[in-house]
Amino acid sequence: MSFINYSSREINCKIVYYGPGLCGKTTNLQFIYNKTNPDLKGKMISLATETERTLFFDFLPLALGQIRGFKTRFHLYTVPGQVFYDASRKLILKGVDGVVFVADSQVERMEANLESMDNLRINLKEQGYELDKMPFVIQYNKRDLPNAAPLEELRRQLNTTGVPDFEACATDGGGVFETLKAVAKGVLSDLKRLSR
Amino acid sequence: MMDSQLVMYEEDFKRVLAVIQRLVRDANAKGVFVVDKNGQLIAEAGEVRGIDTTSLASLTAGSIAATGGLAKLIGEEDFPTHFHQGVKDNLHITIVAKRMILVVIFDDRSSLGLVRLRVKKASGELGKIFEELQKKSEADQAGAPGSPFSEITDDDIDNLFSD
Repeated sequence: MSFINYSSREINCKIVYYGPGLCGKTTNLQFIYNKTNPDLKGKMISLATETERTLFFDFLPLALGQIRGFKTRFHLYTVPGQVFYDASRKLILKGVDGVVFVADSQVERMEANLESMDNLRINLKEQGYELDKMPFVIQYNKRDLPNAAPLEELRRQLNTTGVPDFEACATDGGGVFETLKAVAKGVLSDLKRLSR
Repeated sequence: MMDSQLVMYEEDFKRVLAVIQRLVRDANAKGVFVVDKNGQLIAEAGEVRGIDTTSLASLTAGSIAATGGLAKLIGEEDFPTHFHQGVKDNLHITIVAKRMILVVIFDDRSSLGLVRLRVKKASGELGKIFEELQKKSEADQAGAPGSPFSEITDDDIDNLFSD
């Protein structure tokens, strides 16, 4: 649910990075944080365990520039990917404007990807959202690993509705900004559509 | 979608600000914030310099969401009031009009009793404002013109990403 503030001429939107445990959601945010001009970003918050696994969420506020005199701000969140944190995942999806699904390309993680994608659909539905009706992009992460599944296979299994999708290697940043731009565009286009 | 988009106009913002500025004075508080449940900062008043307000908003919303989840687990709808006591500063957090959160930061110049009393009055006023705002937002979405986003073009969006 975006928030338009006429007083400060700002528009705020919420984007959630979803996906199985250790797929690279936090790494995506860290890369964006490290590569963004300090004037355009706020502090990145990570609520993580001592072993740096996401416990509740990561949060990164980002300013993208102006549209028609309105400052556009995106709040990026990740969910905890581990299966047993489902209650927390549901909370973070509240008020979401756009979703990035980060898939782990490794062959042995295909099952976890599919399970997480199902979980995303179910949790969104519980909040009254339809994944197919909202801004949604998929990122196939870890393309650099030798055990990465072929792109066509990942597409066939995960991108059944033909949404924008990107190959990425979040550790060195390949594909990270492309993914972010695509979902941000989706959210803004949606805003335009809704306000008509 | 379940939640409707929240739109805040200048006059509504001024009304909210007036209420929380008065709350700062009446409760002897250091600072007061209004945050929506999705983690967006709506308004702030008082001594807020040096506080990362964006993070405050996001973490408050996360905390309220987590305790709301706990409440449901034990059969409560919500825990509408929270109090966190620190060595110097304390936080008083209340849910207003179901979707907003009122955060008061205070130290030993005030007391929990006074903050509670003043928050109660301010909550009622804020509740009214936000209910009206909600109705207005819904009416706007039902077709009234005026959103700056009905006019944006694909080029406007592309320009954001030009660098």
